[in-house]
Amino acid sequence: MPIDWFPLWLSLRVALLATAIAAAVGIPVAYLLANREFRGRDILDAAVTLPLVLPPTVVGYYLLVVLGRESWLGHVYEWVFGGPLVFTWQAAVVAAVLHAAPLLVKSTRAALESVDHAYERAARTLGAPEWKVFLRVTLPLARRPVLAAAALAFARSLGDFGVTIMVAGNIPGRTQTVAVAIYDAVEGGNGDAARWMVLVVSGVSLALLTLANRLTPRRIPG
Amino acid sequence: MISARLRKAFPAGPDSRAFALDVQFEAGAGVTVLFGPSGSGKTLTLDCIAGFERPDEGRILLNDAILFDGATRVHLQPQARRCGYVFQNYALFPHMTLRENLEFAAATLKNLERRKRVSEMLERFQLHEVGGRRPHELSGGQKQRGSIARALLASPRVLLLDEPAQGLDAVLRQELYAILREVQHDFPMPALLVTHDLEEALELGDQMHVFRQGRIVQSGTPQGVMDAPGSVEIARQMGIYNLLAAEILALDPGRNTSLLRVGDWEIPGVYYPGHLKGSHVTLCVVPGQVRVRPRDGRAPAGTMGLELLHVVAGPDRARLLFAGDFRAEIARADWEGMARAEEFAVEIPPAALRLIKS
Repeated sequence: MPIDWFPLWLSLRVALLATAIAAAVGIPVAYLLANREFRGRDILDAAVTLPLVLPPTVVGYYLLVVLGRESWLGHVYEWVFGGPLVFTWQAAVVAAVLHAAPLLVKSTRAALESVDHAYERAARTLGAPEWKVFLRVTLPLARRPVLAAAALAFARSLGDFGVTIMVAGNIPGRTQTVAVAIYDAVEGGNGDAARWMVLVVSGVSLALLTLANRLTPRRIPG
Repeated sequence: MISARLRKAFPAGPDSRAFALDVQFEAGAGVTVLFGPSGSGKTLTLDCIAGFERPDEGRILLNDAILFDGATRVHLQPQARRCGYVFQNYALFPHMTLRENLEFAAATLKNLERRKRVSEMLERFQLHEVGGRRPHELSGGQKQRGSIARALLASPRVLLLDEPAQGLDAVLRQELYAILREVQHDFPMPALLVTHDLEEALELGDQMHVFRQGRIVQSGTPQGVMDAPGSVEIARQMGIYNLLAAEILALDPGRNTSLLRVGDWEIPGVYYPGHLKGSHVTLCVVPGQVRVRPRDGRAPAGTMGLELLHVVAGPDRARLLFAGDFRAEIARADWEGMARAEEFAVEIPPAALRLIKS
């Protein structure tokens, strides 16, 4: 039986998009957690970490409730994009974002906090507003560990199974990501396809983790 | 002119003792030294002025501008304080070239004006040839000048220097002192210099406040404080004195003399107003003012026959360590004239003796 590589391409595309979204949302959140004292910081921290510890089915359930066709967010999505979100590949992206964001926020926060405060203080005494301190000093100094965090997030979003199957389903050629396809192949007795996909996913993940390790310096330069 | 009154308390932590800062001082033109051992609150004071730390109460004024006021809850952000801070390790941004570092400080200026000012500043500090280099490609002296140039580009109203000479070798140290004196001349504004090095305080300071356990325990010119330390602790903190426990045996105001007992020895002093016969005091003696000569047998009257333990003969001075941790520093030529002797008499000229009540 020929091997269908569509799930792998779909997964890579989903993971890339999910990582971009997780970074766009996660880096500002990590900044808030690392730099600002505000009420509810602990709760925000816990809420961000929650998807890491909840069973995937619980996360999937929430997503179905919040983004399903009955919900107002679901209605808004349908109105804007002309179709429902659930059981499309875009839903797989949402699932992957939730899967990847906690890790990204945690690692990014640690990376931002590891930057020598003298640089940030120096920037402040030189009159730089906070956004500029962050964008021109903190983030560039933490760029390697932040990239490492993004690589980890990418690897993680590649591997989501539970949330994806609940909100995006298992439609071959449309929403079937590689993790789901492997499950399908094993169930369907297609050992050859399962083996190859497992090997490729393992290889890509190993490469990403190695990259992340290389990017994480033992010390922030300076 | 900067005037500060600060209180800030830290409760005891798992690995730190409780600490309370409670200081009040003013600093006008020139260099004001905040002198004290580490953990005495001097850097914390600097950080409160720069706005990195928020005092519990007090008031900080810089040329009539309120930077902090506990009563009305004014606490300006560091960005708005116009304090030029020179950090211990310079804190030049490692991911930018030196020129970019300086441009960062002049961000409010228009493009052309900014480039001009930065070029002028690079020129002024002899850095124009290395403007394109990253900090790690610069020499220690260049980093030092670069960080001062960067601080000045933001047009500060006060310079805050946190142990700028820490970890520098002797040559760089002298270079830094020369630059700071030039800066004082060309950019007149108050400067606060945090240090625990008395040499540095004497070298640069116009005024000095001695910090101890979160308080200012003595103020004056560095020379004045050195000449008359206010307490045994302050004298010890300065690290330059022989401190000797003594008893006043006799006081003669008419002849301006006194007699002091130090251990087994009786040595002459001048008259010390305000002291009583029989009282116990601590003598302060700078090693460089001690005289040493060879002796045969008993030490002559008025001198001390101390046992010599160790000698370091430097290029022009010899440092002698006697029993009882008594140090003397004499010209190398003088030392060579007596190096063969086995026993020595130590004499302290009465004028070199300073007295602190125990």
